[in-house]
Amino acid sequence: MIWQLDILLLIFIVVCAIAAINIKDLMGAVIILGAYSFFMCLLWTEMGAVDVAFTEASVGAGISTVLFIAAVNRTARRSKD
Amino acid sequence: MTEYILAKYNYWIYVVLMMIGLYAMMGKRNLVKKLIGMNIFQTSIILLFVSTGVKKGGATVPILMHAGHEHGAQLIQVSDYLNPLPHVLMLTAIVVSIATTGVALATLILIYKRYHTLEEDEILAIRRESRAYKTPRILNPTD
Repeated sequence: MIWQLDILLLIFIVVCAIAAINIKDLMGAVIILGAYSFFMCLLWTEMGAVDVAFTEASVGAGISTVLFIAAVNRTARRSKD
Repeated sequence: MTEYILAKYNYWIYVVLMMIGLYAMMGKRNLVKKLIGMNIFQTSIILLFVSTGVKKGGATVPILMHAGHEHGAQLIQVSDYLNPLPHVLMLTAIVVSIATTGVALATLILIYKRYHTLEEDEILAIRRESRAYKTPRILNPTD
């Protein structure tokens, strides 16, 4: 566990989380949520939880982003807040 | 005291992420934003549990290294390996989170078909209006 890399990833994660809930374009917010999931996956690899990391990379970042994009395509793309 | 606070920085980031998710679930009006907030909330809880399995001092992934018996029986030190129990629990949590996300997105598509909006205040206004005039306002549920 390298603490410099750990803190860098944690800062990226918080920035991605704040950006994902503040962007008015829902497609952009969903893509940033995918980036958040991949940073989380890197953090877990670095913390030694390899099984959680690859499950998160395939399920959390992959399938979840695809489902979100499909749903946003079928509904409204703009958000008011 | 300061070192004690700084040494647990994973837990502080976990609190920050959890509050971001809670704010998005309660403060935002768009339903997709609420769902994004729920995802952040669940991921922060997984971060908490994975952080409890970390050990200091060169502990590695829990794969037994001296399984062969060429060098005789080796003593297995618990402090050499990470605690794998929270990891296994969180595998289940990830699968549950993708299931809830799928069901919530399907519900969102149904809500959009019925009300033609995803903003919470507009949906509530439509419902209040249809209740005031005693006429159930059906917006062609098949389209």
